[in-house]
Amino acid sequence: MTAFLNHFSFEFRTGIRNKTLLLMNYLFPLGFFLMMGFVMGAINPLFIESMTPAMVVFAILAATFLGIPDPLVNARENGIFRNYKINGIPSISILVIPALTTMLHLVIVAAIITAAAAPLFDAPLPVNWLNYVLVFVALAFACAGLSVLIGVISANSRITVLWSQLFFIPSIMLGGMMIPSSMLPEVAAKFAQLLPAAHAMNAFNGLAMGNTADYSPWGSVIILVLTGLMAFALAVYLFSWDSRNTTRRGHPALALLVLLPNLVGLFVL
Amino acid sequence: MKESVIQVKDFRKTYGDFVAVDGISFEVREGEIFGLLGPNGAGKTSTLESLEGLREPNGGSVRVAGIDPTKDPRGLRNVIGVQLQSSALPESITPDEAMKFFCAYHTVAPRFDLLDRLGLHEKRKAQFYELSTGQQRRLALALAVAHEPQVLFLDEPTAGLDVATRSELHDLMREMKDNGTSIILATHDMAEAEEMSDRVAILLNRKIVATGTPMEITATGAELTKVSVRTRDSCLSGSAVSLPAVSQHLSKEAYEIYYSTDVGPTVAAIIAHVESQGDMLIDLRVERPSLEDRFLEITRPNVAAGGAQ
Repeated sequence: MTAFLNHFSFEFRTGIRNKTLLLMNYLFPLGFFLMMGFVMGAINPLFIESMTPAMVVFAILAATFLGIPDPLVNARENGIFRNYKINGIPSISILVIPALTTMLHLVIVAAIITAAAAPLFDAPLPVNWLNYVLVFVALAFACAGLSVLIGVISANSRITVLWSQLFFIPSIMLGGMMIPSSMLPEVAAKFAQLLPAAHAMNAFNGLAMGNTADYSPWGSVIILVLTGLMAFALAVYLFSWDSRNTTRRGHPALALLVLLPNLVGLFVL
Repeated sequence: MKESVIQVKDFRKTYGDFVAVDGISFEVREGEIFGLLGPNGAGKTSTLESLEGLREPNGGSVRVAGIDPTKDPRGLRNVIGVQLQSSALPESITPDEAMKFFCAYHTVAPRFDLLDRLGLHEKRKAQFYELSTGQQRRLALALAVAHEPQVLFLDEPTAGLDVATRSELHDLMREMKDNGTSIILATHDMAEAEEMSDRVAILLNRKIVATGTPMEITATGAELTKVSVRTRDSCLSGSAVSLPAVSQHLSKEAYEIYYSTDVGPTVAAIIAHVESQGDMLIDLRVERPSLEDRFLEITRPNVAAGGAQ
């Protein structure tokens, strides 16, 4: 337990001390929140209606997809994981602790956004706080899992960026944060169901904000949780201590299995 | 004789079709410093990593403190300490945090005194990337020994260290050895290997080509003694002077250097020649071959002992 707490404490401080992580965890999401509040609020007043959950979703996407994978790849490439292995640090700690500390940073950022959105921009508050927290946790869990998985399977930093952007950019465009899903072309809206952000916005709308969901909001929560579980399980299975002369347990392509809950959701929801 | 702590028997390591280590055997005894020497690509890293449990042998057997590293990796963690390359820590971790972090996983109390002893007192709160290369290596060493391992692996431990820290490290190694810790020292620094190691093994082309004490290794060479001479008028310069028992000769700066198979007649002839020429000896040194000379002789067979070209 002491080892876990020490590790957790160090990783949490790294999230503030490391300039890149500080940017992804706090500065970028909070700066974007202020910019969107002032600019988008003036251009499109409808945006303010879903601003609070949209900016929380954005914060989660930035902190996880842009913050988690690269340090994992760098640590593996620089032999840090080898050092950890020699000193008995389990792979599960290496993968889960950065995800947990990122989620803790996200709790702080989400609390700031939620608290500031109403007084600053007149954004509506959630009507069901418990569900608001639940959807937040489900999305943070799913995105943290996916980010850890990206870090595990990426051969180098360049590939990491590619994979991360593959989730991040479509999520911004099609996730229902900037444009409501109902306004998207049918094909794009269907494709968006492959993205955790779209499920999160659907669940926020249907369960926490008192709006109408486009499809089953509980279905979205279940998909997010299943995505997170599969992502962490696959990350642990595919984890490699170093990139040199090591046989991985499975082919990295197995990571695509993580899309299974979303694919099923395409047909069921 | 002390108990054997590391046993390597017919160890073989391959990567696909590439054979990295081909059936080597050696033992390391309790409280012994064992130098593992060899040029790059000789198989040192594969051997060390298999002993450290980072690689799985493809043949033979490896035991560390009675533990098979592949079968009981958890047990192995508590008996070994490894100083890896300096960059093997997160860049934002401080020495204090690293000490707490690693000691917690080894379930021992943090040894902050080691940080002070290795000259990191003023850098205990600095982030890893702010440390110099030497400081990073000292931190890596402090972490490797903090849980008082039974077997310590040191990979180029003094690279990038200043003279004082190097001396402190050597003192620490001797202290650990006296306390019964077995140390495997992989180094390219032959002077360090000769000074610190009780025994050494030289790896070449995936096999051990020489093993024994540094004295034994040097004694089994071509047995050439290096004689360096400097005279006032340089009467020995040039190739015209013929001296008995000399197999190699080279000139370096103001010195004439001879490699002799029988040092007595060679030195006598040098003195006689200098006197006959009315010259005067300024410096004359007789040195037995060093471990480095012998290492070069083994690893570069076309080059004579002493590095003569």
